[in-house]
Amino acid sequence: MSEPLLQVKQIKVRYSGLPVIHGVSLVVYPGETVCVVGSNGAGKSTILRAVMGSQRAFDGEILFNGAAIRNLRTEAIVHLGVVYVPEEKMLFRPLSVEENLLLGAYCLNDQEQIAKNLEFVFALFPRLRERRKQAASTLSGGEQQMVAVGRGLMSNPRILMLDEPSLGLSPLLVDELFGAVFKLKEEGLTILLVEQNVREALEMSDRGYVLQTGRIVEEGTGAELLRSDKVQQAFLGL
Amino acid sequence: MEIFAGSMVAGLLIGLLFALIALGLTIIFGMMDIVNFAHGEFLMLGMYTALLTSQATGLDPLLTLPVAGAVGYLLGIACYYGFVKFLLRGPMVAQLLGTFGLMLLLRNLALLFFGSEDRTIHSGILVNRAFDLGMGVVVPATKLAGAVLAVVAFAVVWLLMHRTRTGKAMVATALNRQGARYMGISTERMNGLAWGIGGATVMIAGALLVNFWSVTPYVGLLFTMIAFAIVALGGFGSIPGAFFAGLIVGLITEIPGFWDFFTYLTGSRWMAGVSMTPFKYTCVYLAYFLIMLLRPRGLFGWKN
Repeated sequence: MSEPLLQVKQIKVRYSGLPVIHGVSLVVYPGETVCVVGSNGAGKSTILRAVMGSQRAFDGEILFNGAAIRNLRTEAIVHLGVVYVPEEKMLFRPLSVEENLLLGAYCLNDQEQIAKNLEFVFALFPRLRERRKQAASTLSGGEQQMVAVGRGLMSNPRILMLDEPSLGLSPLLVDELFGAVFKLKEEGLTILLVEQNVREALEMSDRGYVLQTGRIVEEGTGAELLRSDKVQQAFLGL
Repeated sequence: MEIFAGSMVAGLLIGLLFALIALGLTIIFGMMDIVNFAHGEFLMLGMYTALLTSQATGLDPLLTLPVAGAVGYLLGIACYYGFVKFLLRGPMVAQLLGTFGLMLLLRNLALLFFGSEDRTIHSGILVNRAFDLGMGVVVPATKLAGAVLAVVAFAVVWLLMHRTRTGKAMVATALNRQGARYMGISTERMNGLAWGIGGATVMIAGALLVNFWSVTPYVGLLFTMIAFAIVALGGFGSIPGAFFAGLIVGLITEIPGFWDFFTYLTGSRWMAGVSMTPFKYTCVYLAYFLIMLLRPRGLFGWKN
């Protein structure tokens, strides 16, 4: 197998002084879709924020494309091609859908490439094209999530990290969103996904990690994890 | 009628300059939720910059505007990277007291270097010239230039914020700092730029103001307070808000004078003999107070 794109090695993270991640390691290879599943409060989002440098890991190592990024600033990490779509969406609410998307391409300078990416996002989420001039705050929760994911795609990320994209969406919208993520996977994008929606996430992923109270308790391919007793008991209610 | 038209025009003209003074304050506040108590001191330094440059080089005071703008930009950036940046790590009270300390520092440095006496510009293309617009409206060239250039400065800043990549990144940072960081936008750089632009606009305002207002190291506070009132009225962080609120505050300062004239004219015994004009700034603060009471997010609150 090729070199890993993202390597998280034994990181430890504190949250308001309390350790919440106790030495987590995971690896993502180029082109893979990897998911981290676990219940609420297991520390899934914390891992992504540690990768982004917005919540510092105080121990361990984070490598992107072989280079250490644990001590870089968030914006420098973004410029390397690591893009994070936060659970809280963090849209620029008074700005239009299009302005939000274009801000996602801040790292790019090539106007042609930006126009192409915008077209790609509109093709992926046709509803955003209809609403391109509307303020982001006027959109429904599902549409806002589409803006957040689309904005993440605008900078040609080398890895896209999605934090609970299905949170708060109706089942219909969850299907639509996962459909879009699946298309991105087919396009060859490397995706690191954090989800509470365990079944859908694992079905779509090449590999997965199960996180419980800040530790990885199981890992394997998506199919293996779906069959494992631990996952079935804890998350699927079987 | 004539006096009414006259005071309306005077109010709008001075209001535009007030708006320009408040512009930097609202940009800095919008960007990082920091109230800059030293804002008026930047204005004072802009006044001195224009006055001293013009005296030293023999240039017309009007031509010193770019100098004041450049000095303001550099001083704003220096204040951010040398001082304010470190305040951000502390609690809110540290930020308040920090910029208050900056105010005292700048004021006393001015006192040390420039002395405490009043200084005025006595000559220049603008000084002592006026246009008679008829209907009793006489517009001093100094105030007209101040107003026109204030409009130009607003237009430039607005275009900068909405048409350029960096400007849009500044707006994004003002709206959602962490979200903007996830787009790869450096908060630090945007903050620095906000201080630079804030410093440049207010020092340009100072260079315009010094044409008709004498300068001492203490001149800042009055304008800091006026700028606060404008920013509160217009909505913290709103650029169009600062523009319109500046006009409103300019008009408010004309009300007492108009009132005096009215009582004099009607010979009304009620209030006669009590001049209201000295209370013109009290009216501004009263408006400030009412706004904080009735509509704390201002007329043009924009960040939800």
